[in-house]
Amino acid sequence: MKSSRRKLSTVRPLLVACSLLIALSVQGSDQPAVHVAPTDSVGPRVLEKQTEEAVIRDYLQAWRSLSSALEENREDLLDPDFVGTAKEKLVDTVREQEKLGLQTRYRDSAHDLQLVFYSPEGLSVQLIDTVTYDVQLMDHEKVQTTQHVRARYVAVLTPTEVRWKVRVFQAEPE
Amino acid sequence: MKSRLTSLFLGGLILAATSNLAVSQTSDLRIPTTVEAGAAFSIQTTGSGNATLYIVGLGQVLRREVQLGEPIPFAAGDLHNAGHYLVLVVRDSSTENGAFDVTEAPQPSTLSFLARPSRVPVDLRDGINGVVYVFDTFQNLILQPTQASFQLSGVAGAPQARTVLTRNGVAWTKMNSASKEGAAQFVARVGSASDTRVITQVPGDPCSLRMNARPSGQRLALETDPVRDCSGNPVPDGTVVTFTEIYNGDEATVDVPIKHGIARTEMPAYKGATISVATGVVMGNEIHWGGGQ
Repeated sequence: MKSSRRKLSTVRPLLVACSLLIALSVQGSDQPAVHVAPTDSVGPRVLEKQTEEAVIRDYLQAWRSLSSALEENREDLLDPDFVGTAKEKLVDTVREQEKLGLQTRYRDSAHDLQLVFYSPEGLSVQLIDTVTYDVQLMDHEKVQTTQHVRARYVAVLTPTEVRWKVRVFQAEPE
Repeated sequence: MKSRLTSLFLGGLILAATSNLAVSQTSDLRIPTTVEAGAAFSIQTTGSGNATLYIVGLGQVLRREVQLGEPIPFAAGDLHNAGHYLVLVVRDSSTENGAFDVTEAPQPSTLSFLARPSRVPVDLRDGINGVVYVFDTFQNLILQPTQASFQLSGVAGAPQARTVLTRNGVAWTKMNSASKEGAAQFVARVGSASDTRVITQVPGDPCSLRMNARPSGQRLALETDPVRDCSGNPVPDGTVVTFTEIYNGDEATVDVPIKHGIARTEMPAYKGATISVATGVVMGNEIHWGGGQ
């Protein structure tokens, strides 16, 4: 009894440490690695650092939104970050998934971003993102596959009252 | 401890990645590398029996019950959103997978044309911006370089035209505003698709200002010549003109809006008074009353 208590007292800190490490690694893996290429020239308008940071922040948030929307089949989760064609297409995908009893779980692990165009009147920003993500497909809650994907996306964001929203969102062959 | 856990975690990742890779390598699916948006295509499977086929992308999701060993046809329009798609064929416990890209249709169908500003002063170099995004009939951005032409034609002068190659689906240009006020048609055209915006070209700031004075009883009637911008366009009615009279160290000011191109007012007729006129940053002439102009 005494020895088992001693063992437990030795093992407990170890278990706590392990849990912490696992928690940290899980938390760390939730945050994608982001690399932004230097933006020497983005066309007719100078892109201020503050604007660039806001665009990237809102674009990455849009990935989180689409991930939640497609996992939970909730189109309302797209509202804060998508607008126009991009939103319409993602809404259609959510509806198709719901109709078929499918769910998809997108987990972006890395973004290699390059801002390529800032329109002269400041009403649109275009970026190219080489993104790495895992996509898991579930059919009636049964996992069918998990695939690791690397794809190149083109996105156009437009400003709204409080944030940049994704208006065009399209993958292209690498 | 940390390194052991990290090794375990990395090991798991490698195992997961390897299993995906293995499935991919052993796949017997024959999938086209790319498919044009909206085009018919087929996927060839091997084996026999029933299976479920999934096509999964951010733009569309499809599921079909299929017969293995036969080509699986997809009709025109089945897959119309450009993007990267995963293909998965599931039969009992076996899974085959692959991936392909749907690319935009090459024919431009709609344009998203932004022209700014909607009102611009005349004779302004590079004062008008035009940005056009080019889409196919399924609202996919056409990423292949395409010729976009812009034309600005107004009430005076020859139309201005520019031809620009799109880059990542977008083209832009800058145009000069015309020397005459009036509405201008700003047209963007890509292939057979076009879009038009109307740009109102308004007179610029007054260029010069001149007034004259004549006695009107005990007062002076002050009147400007027609106020025009540097291109000779009448400045819009409502533009404020300020008349100032200085006499014996006292100053009196009257602000008058232009009406029918001219500003008029009356001020006391003091002999020896100095009267000046201004609008915006433009100063007009001065009149010394009593000793002539």
